[in-house]
Amino acid sequence: MSDPRTTELTNVSTTVLGADEIILNMGPQHPSTHGVLRVKLKLDGERVVDSECIIGYLHRGVEKIAEHRSYQQFAPYVDRMDYVAAVSNGLGYCEAVEKLLGAEAPLRARVVRTILTELQRIASHLLWLGTHALDIGALTPVFYCFREREEILKIFEKYCGARLTTHAFRIGGLQYETYDGFEQDVKRFCDDFTHRIDEYETLLTENRIWVGRTKGVGILSAADAIALGVTGPVLRASGVKWDLRKAMPYAAYDQYKFEIPTRETGDTYDRYVVRMEEMRQSRLICLQAIENIPAGPIMARIGKVLKPPPGEVYHSIEAPKGELGYYIVSDGTTQPYRVRVRPPSFINLQAFDKMARGSLVADVVAIIGTIDIVLGEVDR
Amino acid sequence: MRLVLPVLYAVVIVAVLPLLAGYIVLMERKVMADMQARLGPMRVGPHGLLQPIADAVKLLLKEDIIPEKADRLLFWLAPLVSVTMALLAYAALPIGPAFQIADLNIGLLFILAVSSLGIYGIVLGGWASNSHYSLLGALRSAAQLVSYETAAGLGLISALLLAGSLSMRDIVMAQYDQGMWFIFYVPIGFFIYMVGSIAETNRAPFDLPEAESELVAGYMTEYSGFRWSLYFLAEYANMIIVAGIATTLFLGGWLRPFASYHDHLPGTPIELLDALPSLLVLGVAVYCFFLAPKQPVKIQKLVMALVGGLCLAIAATLAGALFASPAVLQGVHGAFWFMAKVFAYLYCFLWFRFTFPRYRFDQLMRLGWRFLIPLALVNLITMATALLISREWGWSLRITSVLAIVVTLAVAMWLAKNDQVDSAVPVAEGE
Repeated sequence: MSDPRTTELTNVSTTVLGADEIILNMGPQHPSTHGVLRVKLKLDGERVVDSECIIGYLHRGVEKIAEHRSYQQFAPYVDRMDYVAAVSNGLGYCEAVEKLLGAEAPLRARVVRTILTELQRIASHLLWLGTHALDIGALTPVFYCFREREEILKIFEKYCGARLTTHAFRIGGLQYETYDGFEQDVKRFCDDFTHRIDEYETLLTENRIWVGRTKGVGILSAADAIALGVTGPVLRASGVKWDLRKAMPYAAYDQYKFEIPTRETGDTYDRYVVRMEEMRQSRLICLQAIENIPAGPIMARIGKVLKPPPGEVYHSIEAPKGELGYYIVSDGTTQPYRVRVRPPSFINLQAFDKMARGSLVADVVAIIGTIDIVLGEVDR
Repeated sequence: MRLVLPVLYAVVIVAVLPLLAGYIVLMERKVMADMQARLGPMRVGPHGLLQPIADAVKLLLKEDIIPEKADRLLFWLAPLVSVTMALLAYAALPIGPAFQIADLNIGLLFILAVSSLGIYGIVLGGWASNSHYSLLGALRSAAQLVSYETAAGLGLISALLLAGSLSMRDIVMAQYDQGMWFIFYVPIGFFIYMVGSIAETNRAPFDLPEAESELVAGYMTEYSGFRWSLYFLAEYANMIIVAGIATTLFLGGWLRPFASYHDHLPGTPIELLDALPSLLVLGVAVYCFFLAPKQPVKIQKLVMALVGGLCLAIAATLAGALFASPAVLQGVHGAFWFMAKVFAYLYCFLWFRFTFPRYRFDQLMRLGWRFLIPLALVNLITMATALLISREWGWSLRITSVLAIVVTLAVAMWLAKNDQVDSAVPVAEGE
């Protein structure tokens, strides 16, 4: 893989000429660090020699807050972690507490949860696609993505009144019944969406510049990915077929047929392809689920005051960005003794240095985009 | 009188250009909005028509910040260099046969030389700001300009072979005499110049010196207010310059379509095709009057009607010129056609910007040196051969130029095929 031209170049600039490396501080205010990530880059010309991610600018102590709230009161807080995929956050938390209580949501609730979570996955991936393309310099896809994301947010708004931090689910099931025309809305969106995805792909998939900017950029091998604990589309693009929806089904995923897209190389282009395919699969899950939403109650009988027995539980779901886990310790009171969140963005961000070293400044923004981080979740 | 007219033109250009640049920005935002399924500026004036003026006022009122550790003199000088060089280039640009400040016999060379001096403004500004982002932007800009100016220049030479002169006026007249715009003889030269000119003016997909998502604003990062707007003006002035060069060399300059074909109205000296400009502008005017009553606010109705009235006046001027002396007719209609072609060229710039992602620096360099420059050289050689054959053996130039194009295209395919090595950054192992 070694290219003589570059090797020569690197050697000349640093050793023979005795030129210094420069430190470039990207962020916390920078257009494409997706929030308040700060990246300290050591550059040799435009080549990244070393990198360091500095986080914590958005730390709100979410886990600590949990210790002073009852189980129900804490539920809305989790929406503020990955605020572009609030529904998924809520699902993980509600299911974790249900597991702690030894309760299970009724089937109807679980099916509705599945539909909303998959819609949220599409919305989250759309936001990723738009901003990622914007980072690489394609100005237009972001507006197309927001147009479709808006349709999903409208469905959320009609369902629970909120668009972004939805608090859509309750511990034990759902608070709200689906509204009249819910199935039609989801169906209309899904029918429309397949053409829309084709539209994005026309703009990007075979575009020479796009392929040039993403292929071979930020390669992460399967072994490295596993060693670093990377999950989600980033892991699957490296060729590891691991998806909690199949591996440890939750909600109602065991009832539906879908594929887990994987790729081999683990570069930025592969992660792009994997996420595009995931959106198509999510659409298929939604279509299957709305075909037959079972009748029945939407709330399990768990009582108004939640006092889980002393003990601990770990429950994780496949959030749009990877494995989102909740580790909850109960001391038998109405408030959790400790809540620990395993945020996918935080752990995936660890792979940044591995991907960025040796690449160019322009690739750094592509790599930050391709990991798909949300700083609210990284810092909590 | 010999001095008065050029000075008057110079004043008009310096006075009108900032306004024109502002309205090109508005056009850019409107075209962008249209391609991105939204409306664009709608608040200031009907359909945002007064937005450029509001923006200009805002920029002039902003605080002027000079970073503490900047080199104050260079920081002050750099934007001036950029904007002066950009404006200076207009001296030799013929906007219509009558509207030209100076018809230099080396007009094209002068424009190219002066407008590439503008790079000093960018490099100095990036250096003087004392910021890493600015410095990286400036470095990229310098390397990019050197690489693409070569390719663009070679593209231009293929058209110069046909014209046989560097005077902008003679180049246009050569196209009149040969009865065809040079773009039809050397389309590949035009393509090379187009790509090169996008890169030279730092526009997407080659906008690396100011790549927003990487370098914040590149060399302009530390600039604000009036100084920033000078850079901005220089950028848009340069866009009009490169569009003007392309128009003059490849698109027949101020000539109307089918300029060498005359069909007079029976019994009059008026030509049918000369009525086209007034009809086009009349169409715009009618459209404005049609929209005016639909505006929600009274003032918006009024401004819309005013715009319609303005178009009507322009249409009347264009139509009136039909009955004036041939010199006036050529002057007025020449300016119209020239501007129309410049805007069509600029539209392509905008279109590319909203369609393509940005190149990476090494890819940009490879495209320039390993594809465009070899292609430009081949194009030049085949075109020269075609000219030689038609001159020596008396073949029609139209036939030989088609042969030249076919050969060049074959080479282009071969170059593109060879270029498809994997585009990964070659990572030096053992670092």
